[in-house]
Amino acid sequence: MKAKLTPIAALLATALASPAALAQKKYDPGASDTEIKIGNTNPYSGPASAYGTIGKTIAAYWKMVNEQGGVNGRKVTFISYDDSYSPPKTVEMARKLVEQDQVLFLFQTLGTPSNTAIHKYMNAKKVPQSFVATGATKWNDPRNFPWTMGWQPNYQTESKIYARYILKEKPNAKIAILYQNDDYGKDYLKGFHDGLGDKAKTMIVKEVSYETSDPTVDSQIIQLQSSGADVFFNITTPKFAAQAIRKAYDIGWKPLHLLNNVSQSVGSVLKPAGLEKSVGIITTAYGKDPTDPAWDNDPGMNRWRAFMKKYYPEGSLIDSSNVYGYAVSQTLHQVLKQAGDNLTRENIMKQAASLKDFETDTGLPGIKINTSPTDFAPIQQMQLARFDGKTWVRFGEVMSAK
Amino acid sequence: MDALIHQILAGLATGGIYASLALALVMIYQATHLVNFAQGEMAMFATYIAWTLVDAGMPYWAAFFLTVPAAFVLGVAIERIVIRPVENAPVLAVVVVFIALLVILNSVTGWIYTYTIKTFPSPFPKEPLFGNRYMSSHEIGAIGVTLVVLALLYVFFRFTPLGLAMRAAAQNPDSARLVGIRVGWMLALGWGLAAAIGAVAGMMVAPIVYLDPNMMGGVLLYAFAAALVGGIDNPGGAVFGGFLVGVLENVLGAFVIGNELKLAVALVLIVVVLVVKPSGFFGRVHVTRV
Amino acid sequence: MSRRQIVVLAVLLAVACALPFLASNYRTFQLTLVIIYSIALLGLNMLTGYNGQISLGHGAFYAIGAYCTAILMDRFGVPYWATLPAAGAVCLLVGFLFGLPALRLEGLYLALATFALGVSLPQLLKYKHLEGWTGGVQGIVINKPEAPFGLPLNSDQWLYFFTLAVALVMFALAWNLLRGRIGRAMVAIRDQHIAAEAMGVHTAMVKSLTFGVSAMYTGVAGALGAIAVQFVAPDSFNIFLSIVFLVGIVIGGLASISGALYGALFIQFVPNVADEISKAAPWAIFGIFLIGFVYLMPMGIAGAVRLAAARLARKARNV
Repeated sequence: MKAKLTPIAALLATALASPAALAQKKYDPGASDTEIKIGNTNPYSGPASAYGTIGKTIAAYWKMVNEQGGVNGRKVTFISYDDSYSPPKTVEMARKLVEQDQVLFLFQTLGTPSNTAIHKYMNAKKVPQSFVATGATKWNDPRNFPWTMGWQPNYQTESKIYARYILKEKPNAKIAILYQNDDYGKDYLKGFHDGLGDKAKTMIVKEVSYETSDPTVDSQIIQLQSSGADVFFNITTPKFAAQAIRKAYDIGWKPLHLLNNVSQSVGSVLKPAGLEKSVGIITTAYGKDPTDPAWDNDPGMNRWRAFMKKYYPEGSLIDSSNVYGYAVSQTLHQVLKQAGDNLTRENIMKQAASLKDFETDTGLPGIKINTSPTDFAPIQQMQLARFDGKTWVRFGEVMSAK
Repeated sequence: MDALIHQILAGLATGGIYASLALALVMIYQATHLVNFAQGEMAMFATYIAWTLVDAGMPYWAAFFLTVPAAFVLGVAIERIVIRPVENAPVLAVVVVFIALLVILNSVTGWIYTYTIKTFPSPFPKEPLFGNRYMSSHEIGAIGVTLVVLALLYVFFRFTPLGLAMRAAAQNPDSARLVGIRVGWMLALGWGLAAAIGAVAGMMVAPIVYLDPNMMGGVLLYAFAAALVGGIDNPGGAVFGGFLVGVLENVLGAFVIGNELKLAVALVLIVVVLVVKPSGFFGRVHVTRV
Repeated sequence: MSRRQIVVLAVLLAVACALPFLASNYRTFQLTLVIIYSIALLGLNMLTGYNGQISLGHGAFYAIGAYCTAILMDRFGVPYWATLPAAGAVCLLVGFLFGLPALRLEGLYLALATFALGVSLPQLLKYKHLEGWTGGVQGIVINKPEAPFGLPLNSDQWLYFFTLAVALVMFALAWNLLRGRIGRAMVAIRDQHIAAEAMGVHTAMVKSLTFGVSAMYTGVAGALGAIAVQFVAPDSFNIFLSIVFLVGIVIGGLASISGALYGALFIQFVPNVADEISKAAPWAIFGIFLIGFVYLMPMGIAGAVRLAAARLARKARNV
């Protein structure tokens, strides 16, 4: 009897003593001692190819991480396919990544229709669809879709902040809205209507849409001015935002101008429109604008600039999409660090849902990323800012969706 | 009433954009009897060349008068190198080559210059004419430039031997060869001129819509419609078509059906016009001998 | 049909039936898409290749078929196989109705009208008063069918065989139509429509019917496509789809039934290859492929195959 106990005791002693044995290595397809495989789809061609730079920024980020030693000693292999913003293509590429390339999980798949097309599939296959690159509200649904998580503040949240602001500052306002006729535009629109509640019907006097194939939105701006509105909610992507700002000024329309976060870049939107024509515009922000002089000497932004120069030199330093790609990659980096040696898909989701007060290099001061098993919306805070002709001046407190 | 006038004038401004690209389409059609789907992208690419020059410090007019001949050379080169080898292929195969050109130019431009919008300078004064708030000086100036190009084209085709030779080469290549016209070079010339007109169009359009690789995408459909509705072999008709499409688009979108159905209404209009007048308003009706 | 052709077809069929068991589910899915595109391209080829009516908007019929299926399955609980005839019938009607005013349009003008159709349909699908039916910009998600009668096939394999069966029927019908009187009438109208009219061909009837049948084929393909992808949204059916279809029939081979299959293989796999070659400008690579194919095979892949077969036959005879 005694003879048998000693080896067992010895074994137990060694097991309890070494921490490595405690943190057991667990792998799902796509993870190993040396590698973590991540999959992604992005529109590198087609109508939304402007966003393809996000995929390139992410690829550059993981190149940097690999050169610095990887994550917990493992190299990150980032596989990204072009889906041309066409949902059938996204389905095909997602299946390729999961079934053929055997990635551990998908990261930052871009586009609302693209992600909708693979939503059920990813959850049925129990593969994380993490930090999707869209602001639609439906990605925060851990009960029904536990494998899908968004990242950026969703559009409806932002709209509700604007609605609240107007109800407080200009309760008798007449509001005109210009929106892009797709999921992004309509999501903002819905949030705004919901935020105004009963007063939406009386306050909104004109809503017009445009297609991305329209050469200009000049006609729409003229329509909005003739409605007599004194508040303008501008839900447009950068090119059209610049046109709208310029045209409104040129025809002598001076409403309270609310500009959606997507188009708040000083360098890509306000400068082309005309800095003097953009004075007084209000937006919400959660990240630092790379062209805003306020961040010229900011250490976080300088780290981003150094990263761009070294790993993505052909990327534009005035395109906020490239800041976005960097910030969301930093968030995933944190998740992977937290996961340690337990690289199962379940643990990846678990760690993604356990972010506590995480801050990226490029988030506005005070904006913290938090997730929990019932809260799949990592960033829910934004702050209002007003353009003074040179830079965005933040005012008010950091607000959150609730 | 004021709103209506405003929409009509804005329609004339966008119509000017369509008209200028439509002229390039008519040019290429007159020379080759084909509609070049890549015309918009060629114009966009030429505008980027101009932008590169301006960005490097060159004054506007120097860049302008350097870009137009450069676009001409580019057009001739494309005809000789890309189109010439497939000239005996079925027409639809040539159309596929045009489509290939379109995607190549778009993709390469996006890769070199990225998709962030760029401002393109305007040679016209910043202040609007007489302080009016309906049309900027540039928009009026662009319409003026389009009309000048139209006049030049009209004179070229009607009164110069070269213009006549080009039309002959397109209409009846065999007979044209028999009378000594170098048909091959006529085609190349046609492409070069179309590219040059496109470059002018692009440089007039860019200050209004901002320069990005997808700048001409939406314009192409309307320019195509304008050219056909006005009569594909009539430059004046194309310009008329451009203004008509621009004004109708604005007025219908603002007052009649709303922006959400604009494209569908444009479709119905096009079909109606073409059913009533199959060669467009001012096109020449072709009589085929049996 | 010659005996050699029958043997070739039989071999092809045998290979097609074996593939889902040899390939992964993902590849089976891709092959299902190839079959679906070949039905769509066959439809367009009928209209443009055989009948000479150029259509730059066939993506619209593909979309209509897809939405028919999605709406019937999602809102009315119709089983997936029953939606196919419905989608076909709707597209047949719409195609025929569009073909009527199109009678007055020739060449370029018809191209423009169909181009406008292709461009405006996504906007129609997003229209807010139709949102209750179409799901607006969010689209409609549908469920994938499982193999019936407890067959030992997973859903990818079952869908592949279902699509293959539909394709065989449709190709057989088309082959029969095109080599018969109507097919000859179609080609006659394309080549010499005045002479055809003089010979007693009802040009108007044939042209409109061709439009309808062509739309029907592409519509059925769209219906199958919706079931395979399990999702429809306006963004899936923009003008690029129509342009890709045109590219498909030209590269595959105009006025050729086998051309539909070659074209489908091209439009399914070449963009993926282009993506592998260059992430920076994938469509530039695709464009270069296009130009290359047109240079080397101006009559399409089917034309090149025909030439090669003829050359081989000549060599065999000369031995």
